[in-house]
Amino acid sequence: MTAMAYEVKLDQFEGPLDLLLHLVHKNEMDIQDIRIATITAQYLEHLAMMKARNMDVASEFLVMAATLLYLKSRTLLPPSRAELEDEEGQDPEEELKARLLEYQRYKEGAQQLEEYPRLFRDVFPRPPLEPEAEERGAGVLDAQINISVYDLVHALDKVLRPKSDPKVHRVEAGAISITQGVHMLLRHLRGKERVSFQRCFSAATTRLEVVVQFMALLELARLQLLEVQQHTRGGMIYLYPAQSLRKGRYTDIEHMIDVEDYADL
Amino acid sequence: MQISDLKARVEAVLFSSDTALSMAKLEQILEVDTQQLRVALQQLQHECHQEGRGVVLQEVAGGFQLRTRPEYAPWVMQLRRTRHMNLSRAATETLAIIAYRQPVTRAEIEGLRGVDSGGIVRTLLEKNLARVAGKKDAPGRPLMYATSAGFLEIFGLNSLEDLPTLRDLKTDELDFTHEVELEMDFESEKRE
Repeated sequence: MTAMAYEVKLDQFEGPLDLLLHLVHKNEMDIQDIRIATITAQYLEHLAMMKARNMDVASEFLVMAATLLYLKSRTLLPPSRAELEDEEGQDPEEELKARLLEYQRYKEGAQQLEEYPRLFRDVFPRPPLEPEAEERGAGVLDAQINISVYDLVHALDKVLRPKSDPKVHRVEAGAISITQGVHMLLRHLRGKERVSFQRCFSAATTRLEVVVQFMALLELARLQLLEVQQHTRGGMIYLYPAQSLRKGRYTDIEHMIDVEDYADL
Repeated sequence: MQISDLKARVEAVLFSSDTALSMAKLEQILEVDTQQLRVALQQLQHECHQEGRGVVLQEVAGGFQLRTRPEYAPWVMQLRRTRHMNLSRAATETLAIIAYRQPVTRAEIEGLRGVDSGGIVRTLLEKNLARVAGKKDAPGRPLMYATSAGFLEIFGLNSLEDLPTLRDLKTDELDFTHEVELEMDFESEKRE
């Protein structure tokens, strides 16, 4: 037996079918005319090699080993009656060949896919110019996409993520009211036609501030002092303050906010 | 409008865009009808391919985009810091199965590959190459997977029909009409 003749990098096999296919090609066999005895012997040697190198042999490899041994035994022994009844015409050897052929097809498909010119590897488009230009096709607005509250929550999640509280030392967190949140938000909005969702939270330093400010945002939207728009799916979310806000007339907002609702915060 | 003029406009707009632009979008921007636009795009595409230029006009995921030619990747790469998406052999294999068999369940993928593929499928979902395409009407209602628009964009395909055809098995080799039965037992039971 050419025991180590087919030594290959062990980790290169994606599974039992991959190994089997490799052995078939190695022995220059046709899948249709597999010599089960030869393949089984080599397959088991390979498993032994994997074990000898303290590699975990995945259970799938063992299942295949059992299948191969079973097929080999079938070639040696006449089938029992129970087996004949069991199989109902389905030859397990044909089944294995079919699986191998099918696997080979997709492997070839994967190779073809691998060779395709791939974006950012072989071909390149124009990169986005600046973060703000993330809004696709700036200037020409798509038909507006209605965004749900989940999109807002998702965007909030993005803002929250980098703001995990620093762990250096603990300082008693001062409570912030929604009203304060509104004021923080207004500072960003004043005099501007629109502000990106991200930018609104740039000054917030703790999770609590972000949360409060987000609630303030929802509150202002509820009062229709603020419009929230997203122009493309997955694009930037923008806040458009109402006329009165833009001009800085917001002294009476505090009265409109239902602070009671958030007393527990 | 002169077609050469329109062609130049199309080129300018495509050049300035960082995403593929659909026919509808181009029509809207350029205020022309489909027929004119199509002619302009065809001519532009033709020119890009003819004159040994650095960029080609490619149809990807239902839109048009100017992309650099693959042979100039080494030079373009020096300018860019983006890491391209690395796909392991296992991932490409799984992606190929999803692409050709979609919608396909994880069990079907694993049946074809002969190994556990849950982690790889998750990676493909995270990389936005695959997406969940509903649930299969079978025991356990398993999720079905399909390729995403991102897949078309990354591989420069306009639609799934542009996928290279898999090598056909010789008809005398095997009857592949019952291939599904070989992968999933419960399916064959259902059919009988």
